[in-house]
Amino acid sequence: MSKDNQVLEELTSKEYEHGWTIDIETDSAPKGLNESIIRFISTKKNEPEWLLEWRLSAFRQWTKMKEPKWPNVTYPPIDYQDLIYYSAPKQKAKAKNLEDVDPELIKTFEKLGISLTEQKRLTGIAVDAVIDSVSVATTYKETLAELGIIFCSFSEAVQEHPELVKKYMGSVVPVNDNYFAALNSAVFTDGSFCYIPKGVRCPMELSTYFRINAANTGQFERTLIVADEGAYVSYLEGCTAPMRDENQLHAAVVEIYAMKDAQVKYSTVQNWYPGDKNGKGGIYNFVTKRGLCFGDSSKISWTQVETGSAITWKYPSCILKGDNSMGEFYSVAVTNNYQQADTGTKMIHIGKNTKSRIVSKGISAGHSQNSYRGQVHIMKRAENARNFSQCDSLLMGDKCGAHTFPYIDVENNTARIEHEATTSKIGEDQIFYCLQRGIDEESAVALIVNGYAKEVLNQLPMEFAVEAQKLLALTLEGSVG
Amino acid sequence: MNVAVNEKNTTPEMVSQIQKSITQYPAQAYRKEALEAFQKLGLPENKSEEYKNTPITRLLQKNFVFDQPNAAAQKLDVKDFFIPGVEGNVIVVINGVFSEEHSVIVSPSSEITITNLGTAIAGQHPVAIAHLAKYADTAADAFTAWNTATWQSGVFIHVPKGKVVEKPIVIYHIHDTRGGQVITASRNLIVTELNSEVTIVEKFDSVGSGNHFSTLVTEVEVAENAGFNHYTIQNDAGNRYQVVTTNIHQERSSRVNTYTFTLSGKLVRNNLQLSIDGEGIESHMFGLYLVTGDTLADNHTVVDHRKANSFSNELYKGIMDGNSRGVFNGKIYVRPQAQKTNAFQANRNILMSDKATVNTKPQLEIWADDVKCSHGCTTGQLDEEALFYLQTRGIAKETARAMMLYAFAAEILENVKHAELKAYLDQLVSERLHKNF
Repeated sequence: MSKDNQVLEELTSKEYEHGWTIDIETDSAPKGLNESIIRFISTKKNEPEWLLEWRLSAFRQWTKMKEPKWPNVTYPPIDYQDLIYYSAPKQKAKAKNLEDVDPELIKTFEKLGISLTEQKRLTGIAVDAVIDSVSVATTYKETLAELGIIFCSFSEAVQEHPELVKKYMGSVVPVNDNYFAALNSAVFTDGSFCYIPKGVRCPMELSTYFRINAANTGQFERTLIVADEGAYVSYLEGCTAPMRDENQLHAAVVEIYAMKDAQVKYSTVQNWYPGDKNGKGGIYNFVTKRGLCFGDSSKISWTQVETGSAITWKYPSCILKGDNSMGEFYSVAVTNNYQQADTGTKMIHIGKNTKSRIVSKGISAGHSQNSYRGQVHIMKRAENARNFSQCDSLLMGDKCGAHTFPYIDVENNTARIEHEATTSKIGEDQIFYCLQRGIDEESAVALIVNGYAKEVLNQLPMEFAVEAQKLLALTLEGSVG
Repeated sequence: MNVAVNEKNTTPEMVSQIQKSITQYPAQAYRKEALEAFQKLGLPENKSEEYKNTPITRLLQKNFVFDQPNAAAQKLDVKDFFIPGVEGNVIVVINGVFSEEHSVIVSPSSEITITNLGTAIAGQHPVAIAHLAKYADTAADAFTAWNTATWQSGVFIHVPKGKVVEKPIVIYHIHDTRGGQVITASRNLIVTELNSEVTIVEKFDSVGSGNHFSTLVTEVEVAENAGFNHYTIQNDAGNRYQVVTTNIHQERSSRVNTYTFTLSGKLVRNNLQLSIDGEGIESHMFGLYLVTGDTLADNHTVVDHRKANSFSNELYKGIMDGNSRGVFNGKIYVRPQAQKTNAFQANRNILMSDKATVNTKPQLEIWADDVKCSHGCTTGQLDEEALFYLQTRGIAKETARAMMLYAFAAEILENVKHAELKAYLDQLVSERLHKNF
């Protein structure tokens, strides 16, 4: 075995650092999924009748649907009756301010490096912390409220802004969109809701932090972001989970609705527990994310750094409905050990002069399989549409796989589409050059990988970029075969 | 033999027709297997991944009656379809049947064996028996299964060790639909031995205005250090629906060049599959589809790198006008043991009308790390500025446009090695670009 391989071995066997659990008393529903469980969740959350109906109709449609088999991933069948669909940290009442929040919970998030105590924060990011199924704390609410920005947990939004929720929920991802979206619509428990009023530029980064804690639970959260005319918001999402031997299901839905001239930037650093080095355990991350550029000249930008999850199945998409609207997708997906990722995007061009840009960088190591799957669809009416796609794959080791499935469908002759993809290993000449300049092998690979992913990492907000870079280095530094 | 029919896309007529043709050849077990595979697969469903943009089942069910025998071929002047200037061995296949009458073999029999595949199999030709149905996978595609179960006639070519066949073998597939609908399943088997070389040209034509459907499966074994050039010219002005499947199995250090020109037809589906099963192999695949009207041209290619140190290159270009649709799917597989593979693929398209559509899916699946693979794909239109420049030099807009389109197509044409064939194709394409587009 070469030295490179040893380095790879060492690094890839690195343990997951967020693998601990905390002992918090939880309040959960019995295992299983049926109409009474849905009623139970709805009652627990004190939901209005229309929402219960909405859930039930989603459930009825879900029972008729089949689990999709087309993604390039394999996993044993999921027993949907063996999951707990509702689990909430026991809390006497919803905390009004942070002093009331269970100190155990605050400690949890501090351990994750996310401080919920506002005064201590320097970075100025508003955080909505979601543990298992419910939102436990939202910071900076008052500051944001002064500008008319609504940023709260989904359940709170249902209680306080039912008209907004009712109007926009399901407008981007319909209930019957796909199997997991339907499941989520039926049983979703919480998530974040965000509304930016007309002409407001959100002064700080908004962020949701997800944490699965309890065993045997599925996490089904729902995020809804509505940006009114001329509004701007940058939104971050992070996630971790404890190390457990069994697989846990995470099926989320994220919907973004952008009106005229609005801009939404959504960044994810996904670090769910990926399973151990033999592929045991880990999160199944089956997520539906979609943005609708409804108004003219609106823009939605997705940035994702995917390092965790045993299986990732996610395609953050943009529907470019408004004229001159723009969609972007920047992704770094890293798979190691026995991880599997099937991720990419969809850019649906409907309006005139719409533009989209896709930059996807895949890195596979160990026994992992990493796929890019994307669609660029130029509809008949989309005059002068423009798309540029680039998807590169980097392979480390001879037991992993990198796959690209781009679909390009053009129905308008004024469109200009470019797509390119490459697959290769890290250049030996580049490593040699670094070695020759006195940079050791490990640092050389980190340098090259970071350079390779730079185009995407540059899109992340600063605080996140640092975290993402560290995460990349942790998973892959030096791992060249 | 009793055949249970339950697949919704396999009509009872279709199966009974297939059954009928099988009973003619009771000894051949592979036909039974193929029929079973066909029944299992059924015709492609509407949204099936491999036929996503090509609604072939719907078109076949709409335009054809399956339990009806083919119209008899009438007297026809096959010379009308011959490629001018290209001399060589001529084989004529009329309504799927090898025509001894019209075929002319000029190469000496020491250099090459060219015969009816049906006769070769019936006569227990050892090479034909050894290779038949070895390379085309019936379990993967319904049309391959259908063809394997029912083929009646076709061409068998065997090039012995060390023979370089100078003259090309030109196969004319002609359908005579003057008497009504024609459905054919024909089959080619080409086996080359060590250090040999051969060039095959296949051209598809028809007379009459009836609908016709053909499946053609060509299996090719390219032995060590052998060379194989394959030209496909699809310019049938009639109502032709066709599925052409070509499976090429390559051994160590062999060289393959394929050229596919699709200019006309109702529905053209080409499945080109290369199995790179040795080291030091070089393969080139070129394709040009210039389609208009309501033609659907669908090219699916697979390059399967099974061994290390080989090279493959693929370039497909298309110009779509009218209501036409161009479909391209190029798969490159690089297996774990195929280290040091270089595989490249490019697909470029121009849409000329606002009703034309293109669906393209270049696909890479890679399991080896020490490789260089890439694909590129573009869709666009002619450069306005270049067009304007030519006009300022006194060139009429139409001429300028044709010149630019020709330049686009020339990247494929210039790779054609056979001089007379190149001249013919060149003329065909430039005439087309000046007149029809």
